[in-house]
Amino acid sequence: MTPAIQIENLSFTYKGNTQKTLDQIHLNVSEGERYGIFGPNGAGKTTLINIMTGLLSYTGGSVKIFGKEVTANRKSVKSLFGFVPQDFSFYNELTPVENMEFFGAWSGLDKKKIGQKINELLEMMHLQDVRNKPVGKFSGGMKRRVNLAIAVIHEPRLLFLDEPTVGVDVQSRHAIIEYLKKLNEKGTTLVYTSHQLNEAEDLCNKIALIDQSKIIGSGPLVELLKRHHKYKLEDLFLELTGRAYRDGGV
Amino acid sequence: MYKLWSTIVKDIRVMLRDKVGLVLMFLMPIVLAIVIASVQNSTFELVNDNKIPVLLLNKDTAEPAQQLEIALGKGGSFEIHKISGTTNEESLRGRINTKDALVAIVIPEDYSKNVLQKAATITAEALKEITDAKETSANKMDTVLPVQIFYHPVLQQAFRSSIDGMLQSALQFIQTKYIVRDVYHAINEEYIPTALEEQIIQNQTPVREVAVSKNEGRQLPNATQHNIPAWTLFAMFFIVISLGSSIVREKLNGSFIRLRTLPTHFGIAILSKQITYVLVTQLQAAVIFSIGILAFPLMGLPALNLPADIFALAMVTFVCGWCAAGFALCIGIFSNTQEQANGAGAVSVVLLAAIGGLLVPSFVMPPSFQLIMKFSPLHWCLEAYYNLFLEGGKLGDTWSNMIPLLVITVLFQIFAFYGLKRKNLI
Repeated sequence: MTPAIQIENLSFTYKGNTQKTLDQIHLNVSEGERYGIFGPNGAGKTTLINIMTGLLSYTGGSVKIFGKEVTANRKSVKSLFGFVPQDFSFYNELTPVENMEFFGAWSGLDKKKIGQKINELLEMMHLQDVRNKPVGKFSGGMKRRVNLAIAVIHEPRLLFLDEPTVGVDVQSRHAIIEYLKKLNEKGTTLVYTSHQLNEAEDLCNKIALIDQSKIIGSGPLVELLKRHHKYKLEDLFLELTGRAYRDGGV
Repeated sequence: MYKLWSTIVKDIRVMLRDKVGLVLMFLMPIVLAIVIASVQNSTFELVNDNKIPVLLLNKDTAEPAQQLEIALGKGGSFEIHKISGTTNEESLRGRINTKDALVAIVIPEDYSKNVLQKAATITAEALKEITDAKETSANKMDTVLPVQIFYHPVLQQAFRSSIDGMLQSALQFIQTKYIVRDVYHAINEEYIPTALEEQIIQNQTPVREVAVSKNEGRQLPNATQHNIPAWTLFAMFFIVISLGSSIVREKLNGSFIRLRTLPTHFGIAILSKQITYVLVTQLQAAVIFSIGILAFPLMGLPALNLPADIFALAMVTFVCGWCAAGFALCIGIFSNTQEQANGAGAVSVVLLAAIGGLLVPSFVMPPSFQLIMKFSPLHWCLEAYYNLFLEGGKLGDTWSNMIPLLVITVLFQIFAFYGLKRKNLI
């Protein structure tokens, strides 16, 4: 079976930098997995996600999504995945319906399909009552749900999630995680990054830990914990990455 | 096509919910057009139709000074308010300082004496070959005291020049009158008949103003014909505030990032913004022209006369709108914050308007600016509009302005493309 993501020997250096942000990365994510990518600030997680989503161009190594090299097949690869950025990436002036209409069209859906998906997603995300109100007036949790709904409107096979629950209340976080699990049960592969490690334990069945530009540990979460004699992901994280502050560049 | 349509719908929705942007794009230029046209129209009327109130202090009681008073009053341009001859200059200055009047003319005590002396001198000089005229005391001219004009500093140069011209004309009239009288008397040894004097003095050649237009129209340009096209262009370029900040907002809130992860070319987003805002500029022009045609007469202002070649007007308006959208696109793409976009956008439009001749007519600009103005798209837009609105030109007459304008528009598109590439957006 073709892996959802197959990364081989990927190295990446930002223009003007001498130090590599990613160095000799190898990663395999099988279809249907719930994969977590974790690491301290500045470890290279966001760079890795940006490369996988085609936001950054790479020259060294290979990155394939469902067997297609990202740089060579940008348009067809983009229709295979959805992306939930950490920022609220939508139009605050528009209603959830208007946002989904627009992003649905950009995701390649026709008007009829968009209409069907909007009703389904509004119900799933508990946004029916505010369907015609501008998103700018929503609470943080509601905005997070809109951010997620836009990313899944075209029913992608693979979903990238960058801190999808940051800054939301317990109820909204619970709803989002439950929705993601249901999505995964239907076959969507999840690639998730967050600093909420207890949430990650609940959601992910496989993880990769990145530090100092390299993957320092990867595999099924249960096996990794057992191998390092830890009970919690947070303890494993601290053992592998250390306790020193990682404030990144200023 | 559905993607482009959805993007245009999205852009229109976002724009319609930006109330401040709408006010800046539609209300501000309408108010500007009304205010500036009203002010210019009343200035025009003040100079051409109304009489300028002038305080007149005549210190001379002799006939020529009285004649000068009459000449000033008959000139049609002054509304003479004569003040007592005993009033001193200090009191006159005080009245001007308190803005009792903005202009005062003081005829000195020796004015009549000087006029008569000069007439006698010229007569003697002119007739010395044919008469036995001997050297008279008139040959020795006394020091001539000037007729003084006092004015308040708020009075602009154009007004002062106008008043000065009218005064010079009246003085010349009086002096000529007395020279004619003296010459006639010297030759005929009798006083000149009044009718003959009138015939000699009065100018019989009328002056008729003809606006040189390409369609031989005889309509004189007015404040509306000048201001409506100029402020319509200003409004068009002021979409920079709405479009520029909308692009920056989308860059900052991550919408552009998400769009780049979707299977649609990012160029659609840029094309949609241009289509939307070019439509806005066409709507702005339609609204402002309609106000000029329908509402201006109700406000006592001259109505706007549309050019005869409506197709040319539509074409010029479209190219001007496209240029404005390209300019706003560049500002939005190269700005990193909304403050930068708003500040740079507003200041640059005012600067381009100033050097383009919207605020001060281009023909009065110094030679150094005559070259700089060619870099302002607003200059070419305004020239193309004036070609249609003032000169009665047709589409063919506008190409000399449209071609540079199209070149500038294409340059804006190239800069925008370069900016998108540099910022990794395409």
